[in-house]
Amino acid sequence: MIEKALKGSTGYWVWMLFLLSIMGVGGLCYVQQFNYGLGITGMSRDVTWGVYISQFTFLVGVAAGGLMLVLPYYIHNYKAFGRIVILGEFMAIAAIAMCLMFIIADLGQPMRAMNVLLHPTPHSMLFWDMIVLNGYLVLNILCGWVVLQSEYKGIKYPKWIKPFIYLSIPWAISIHTVTAFLYCGLPGRHFWLTAILAPRFLASAFAAGPALLMVIAMILKRTTKFDVGREAQDKLVTIIGYAAMLNFFFLGCEFFVAYYSQFPGHMHTLDYLFWGLGHGDQVYNNLVPFMRASVVMGLAGIALIFVSRAKQSDGLLVVSCLLIFFAFWIDKGLGLVLGGFVPNMMDQVTEYYPSAQELGITAAIWATGFFILSILYKVAISVKLEKEA
Amino acid sequence: MDSKRRDFLKIAGLTAIAGIAAPSAFNSLLKGEAVASEHGEAAAAGAHGAAAPTGKRWGMVIDVKKFAENPGLAEKCVSTCHAIHNVPDFGNKKDEIKWIWVDSFKHVFPDDSSHYKQPEALDSLPILTLCNHCDNPPCVRACPTQATFKTKDGVIAMDYHRCIGCRFCMAACPYGARSFNWRDPRGKNANGQPFIKAENPKFPTRMRGVVEKCNFCVERLAIGQIPACVEVAAQTKALVFGDLNDPASEVSQVLKTTFTIQRKPSAGTHPSLFYII
Repeated sequence: MIEKALKGSTGYWVWMLFLLSIMGVGGLCYVQQFNYGLGITGMSRDVTWGVYISQFTFLVGVAAGGLMLVLPYYIHNYKAFGRIVILGEFMAIAAIAMCLMFIIADLGQPMRAMNVLLHPTPHSMLFWDMIVLNGYLVLNILCGWVVLQSEYKGIKYPKWIKPFIYLSIPWAISIHTVTAFLYCGLPGRHFWLTAILAPRFLASAFAAGPALLMVIAMILKRTTKFDVGREAQDKLVTIIGYAAMLNFFFLGCEFFVAYYSQFPGHMHTLDYLFWGLGHGDQVYNNLVPFMRASVVMGLAGIALIFVSRAKQSDGLLVVSCLLIFFAFWIDKGLGLVLGGFVPNMMDQVTEYYPSAQELGITAAIWATGFFILSILYKVAISVKLEKEA
Repeated sequence: MDSKRRDFLKIAGLTAIAGIAAPSAFNSLLKGEAVASEHGEAAAAGAHGAAAPTGKRWGMVIDVKKFAENPGLAEKCVSTCHAIHNVPDFGNKKDEIKWIWVDSFKHVFPDDSSHYKQPEALDSLPILTLCNHCDNPPCVRACPTQATFKTKDGVIAMDYHRCIGCRFCMAACPYGARSFNWRDPRGKNANGQPFIKAENPKFPTRMRGVVEKCNFCVERLAIGQIPACVEVAAQTKALVFGDLNDPASEVSQVLKTTFTIQRKPSAGTHPSLFYII
C-alpha cells in the first residue's frame, strides 16, 4: 500500500521537495543547537519553555481533534464521515510525531530521553504524557492502517480492530487532559493553575484540529478528485463552530475569575497577554497584538463559518477555518505557555523572543509533520480513489 | 435474590471499594512523605507535613537584620557557595546560573504587601535567597526521572547524570530557585576566560543541558560539616542551621522564640527556610 506514496504528479514532488528543503535547513539549525546547547534559543532562566513546548501543546490538540471524526463515525454510525475519518486518524499520527519531535528538540540532554522509561515516575505528569502520547500514536497507526488496508483489499475491516478503535476515543481525551495537567498542577503559576485548563484545551482542540482538516480537505478537492462530501463538510462546520464557541466561553470564565476576584496573581498574566503589564516604569506587551488578533480572528471565524454553510461557499469555509485555526494557534501555540512565565516567581518580567535557529528548528518539525501527513494522505486517497473508480 | 438486586449489590460493593481505595491511590500519586492535609500537631515549624520518620529535617533561619548590620556578609555567602560548587559565571542574565543570591524584599516576598508605608526600608535589606528545600516539593513531584529528589534528611538534591533537561522542575518551583545550563559551563568566553573562575576539584562541575540549584551542601553535611554559607555567617549568627525535628536544636529554639516568615506559605510547599525581617 505504501508504494502509492512513490507515484505522484509533479505538484506532489515539488511539494515534497519543498518540505525536504525546510527540513534540511532546520536540521542544520538543530546540529548547531545540539553542539552549543539550548542557549542558542531565546529561552532564559525566567522563560524556560519557548516555542518548542508551546507548539507541542498546540499539536496535542490537533491530534486530539481527530476524535471529532472517529466518534460520530464509529460510535454513532454516522456514514457521511466515511471518507474523512481516515484523514482524521492520519492527521493524528502526523501531529503526535511533531509533538514528540518538539519534546526532543526541547530537551537539554536528548540522549537521555529514555531515562523517563528507565526510571518510571508515576507522580510526574510528564511520565503519563509520554505514555498517552505514544499510546495514541500506536492506536492511530494501527486503526488507520488496518481499516485502510481492508478497504484496499475490498473487505470489511476485521472485528479485532474494533476494541482498539473504541479505546482510541477516550485515549484522545486523555492526551489533551494529561497535557493540561502538565501545567495546571503547578502551585506557583496562577495563570495555569485553573481547573478549566483541560476542558479549555479540549474545546480549542476540537475546533482547531477539524478546522485544519477541513482546509486540507478543500485543497484535496481542488487538486485531486477526492471529495469528502457536502454532508460531512456541513456537519464539520457545526462541530468546529460549537467547539470554538465553547473555547471562548471558557476564556470568558477565566477573565471573570481573574478580574472580578481582583486576585493579583490571576490578573497579571492576563494583563500581560491582552493589555500590557505595567511594571516599574515600563509596560511589557510583546504578545498583546497577537492575543488580540487571536480573539478577533476566532470570533470572526465562528461567524463566517456558519455564513459559509448558509451560502454553501467553499471559499468562505476555507477562510473561516484558517481564521479559527490560527486564532487557536496563537492562543495555545504562543500565549498559553509563554504567558505562564510572566511575571516570574520573583515578580519580575523577562520577555521572550525566539532566535533564528529556534524558528528554523520549529519550521523543520512542522515540515516533517506535513511530510508524514502528505505520505499518509497520498496513500489513503490513492486507495480510496482506486476503489471508487 | 433477583438478578437486578444482585447487580445492584455488586455495583454498590464495588463503589465502596473504589471509594476506599481512590484516596490512597491518589496520595501515592503525590509524593510519599508529605501527607496532603495535615493540620493537627504538625503545625509547628511553619505547618509542615508529618515529621519524616528518619528523624532529621534540615532547616535554616535567615536573620536579615544581621545581614543589614554586616554589609558585604550576604555577598560573601554567595561568592563562597558559588566558588566551592563550581557555579559558572556567564556574565549575562539570560544564561545566568545561581544557587544563592541577594535580592530585595519585594522580589523575595512578592505577595506580601502588608508593609506599605515602609517599602524603601524593606527594599534596601539584603535578603539571601536560595532553594527552600520544601517539605512538600513541587519540583520533585514534577521531575519525570527522579533526577531531583528528597533525601531522608529533607534536602532537595539533584542527580546531574540523570537529568534530561526538560525543565519541568523550573516551571514547578514557586521560588525561582533553579537554573539551567543553557550552554557548556566548562567552556570559555570569547576572551578565553573560563566560566568557572577557579575550579574546585572536590566538587563536580556540571555539563550543558542539566538543571542545578542549591543542594544545602549535602556533600558537607555527609562529612559532618555545616553548609558553607552558614559557616561564613557563623560569627554573626545571621544564618542558623539545624534539625527542625529536634526540639532542642538551636534552629528550633530560634523558631520558638522569634517571629519568622516563609516565602509563599499559601503554595503549600512547606519550606524549610525561615526569615527574620
